[in-house]
Amino acid sequence: MSTVIETTEQLADRHPIAPYLRMDRMPHIWCPTCGIGTVVRCYAKALEESGVDLDKASIVSGIGCTGRVAGYMKLDAFHTTHGRAIPFATGLKLARPELLVTVFSGDGDLSGIGGNHFIHAARRNMDLLVILVNNFIYGMTGGQNAPTTPLTARSSTMPFGNFERPFSLPHLAASCGATYVARWTSLHIRRMTKSFKEAIGRKGFRFVEVIAPCSTLYARLNKLGTGFDLMRFYHDNAEIRHGADTRDVDIGFQDKIVCGKFIDEERPTFLEAMHEHYTKILGDRYVPMPPEGGWIHE
Amino acid sequence: MKADPTGVLTGAHYLDGDYACGEGAMAAGCRFVAGYPITPSTEVVERISRRFPMMGGTFIQMEDELASMAAVVGAAWTGTKSMTVTSGPGFSLMMENIGLAAMMETPCVVVNVQRGGPSTGLPTMVGQADMMQARWGSHGDYEPIALCPQSPQEAFDLTIDAFNLSERYRVPVMFMMDECVGHMTEKVVIPDADAIEVVPRKLTSAKPGDYLPYGTNGNDVPEFARAGDGYRFHTTGLTHDERGYPDMSAACQEKGVRRLLDKVKNNVDDIVRFDEEDTDGADVVLVTYGITARVARMGMDMARKQGIKVGVIRLIVVWPFPEKRIRELAGDIKAFVVPEINYGQMVLEVERCAAGRAAAILVPHGGGGVHDPQTICDAIVRAAK
Repeated sequence: MSTVIETTEQLADRHPIAPYLRMDRMPHIWCPTCGIGTVVRCYAKALEESGVDLDKASIVSGIGCTGRVAGYMKLDAFHTTHGRAIPFATGLKLARPELLVTVFSGDGDLSGIGGNHFIHAARRNMDLLVILVNNFIYGMTGGQNAPTTPLTARSSTMPFGNFERPFSLPHLAASCGATYVARWTSLHIRRMTKSFKEAIGRKGFRFVEVIAPCSTLYARLNKLGTGFDLMRFYHDNAEIRHGADTRDVDIGFQDKIVCGKFIDEERPTFLEAMHEHYTKILGDRYVPMPPEGGWIHE
Repeated sequence: MKADPTGVLTGAHYLDGDYACGEGAMAAGCRFVAGYPITPSTEVVERISRRFPMMGGTFIQMEDELASMAAVVGAAWTGTKSMTVTSGPGFSLMMENIGLAAMMETPCVVVNVQRGGPSTGLPTMVGQADMMQARWGSHGDYEPIALCPQSPQEAFDLTIDAFNLSERYRVPVMFMMDECVGHMTEKVVIPDADAIEVVPRKLTSAKPGDYLPYGTNGNDVPEFARAGDGYRFHTTGLTHDERGYPDMSAACQEKGVRRLLDKVKNNVDDIVRFDEEDTDGADVVLVTYGITARVARMGMDMARKQGIKVGVIRLIVVWPFPEKRIRELAGDIKAFVVPEINYGQMVLEVERCAAGRAAAILVPHGGGGVHDPQTICDAIVRAAK
């Protein structure tokens, strides 16, 4: 029988992912029916199932609703500047290569203001797991148009409907060189968790996009109903097509959402390529950055 | 502690200021550099990228200066000493994450080899017009530290000091070179590693459960925990409490930002550094820095031949400004003369501190060259009247 959890103390005792969260920061700021919490839960579950050393796991977020994720995860956590989570994480990873570094942020943050960093990190095959929650809109600032807003969808700055062609993020990541690319909706909790777990076990630039509802802004501006209606929409319109050509996975307004694992391949990561190259050219003279970092101490 | 010898190229060399700055960084223990090419600063990272693979350092050329600065802040959280290098246009882009470094209290060094501006300006020619940007460039209140070398030797020596100050106070330190010093080749003596004092990151002794990332125990500067050591800390660019948790209140803002300012202000006497010569009984005191300090000396010698009593304050640390000394001198002299390769920046500080008790006379130069010493001499002579 289910019990109603009334206090955060009860939550801390009973919620299975409480050990992965900063329970002293609950309640979180996300709206009812927001999809971000579900993605966080799946990520925590994936960390648990992967058995990774949490002391060596860092999380980096930018700014926005999803940008708040770092603030709730009980890892070394960095809530950085708008769009710069990927380059911040790049420095963190390169200066202490043994870390598992996850970038967890939104569509506006990572593909709008941070778009240049996104494509270059993918090109370099930088050793980062990038989880992008796509709600088709700038949520934190009140529903403005995003680089992901589907054609004709309304936003607060496209009140007559969007006429700019949006990014198809899996295609962007894949064409720039990401070695793991998947997309799910926040309804696909088991598949999403499995994808996160798989991506944690891979190397290089791993990109998972999760389509998530913003019922406060996107759904309201577009008269799409409640959070429940949006989940039903995902249920009826998500189409799982593993290995789909990423040229065919763009998302139209209230159109089908192609999900699945699109790319899963091996290519030397930035660090591997650097080590291999310097070892070949410099031989014994090459001294790599130690796994625990280049810090000096007495 | 003493410098790690693997980064110290002991000996007498013939180096330009950019190379010397790079050597200073490596001697100081810097092992992560992210940068984006920009004239006239690029030689610094070219030097470093050639030597880093042999000493356990990583250089990455990022996609722009926004990313370079962000990567430096990220890297610094592993305890690795980190730096980026740029010139005016890149410095403008770095301001966003320089603010983040200030707010997160991240030790790092930002080198700006100044060229003429605004905008693209004079890419290959000298300027000193980013001095106020170094102080105020990022939004909000913070207290950066900035140094200004006048020679390749100082580019080496002061880069080490820049890292040491950044470690001691957990602030981004601006290293304000100029194109002339950067591209000037002179003798640079690099001492033995055991003659170089470097400040290591002060790590917390608290246990993970007890650690407060921004708790100070009554000190000015909080203790540091490295990412990956099990502390599972949180840090943010938002206004935050001692736990590093966001707290959107005026009270938290007052406490946190006040401390950001106080950790530098309370230690101004330890940080401020300048050369002072012949100010006793002087009628005029030059206040000068960088390449202009060397040109100004010629102007000063010319004025002395005309019987003018002139002394000099050469700024080494420009921010925080040597407010106390300028105030003292203002009561004893007729005028300060401030030559700079801009249309009036540090002269505003001199004027503020002189507070009307002595004149503060600007000798401007728009950039693209240095002053004619005669112009400086003439200004000194006029000021003495």
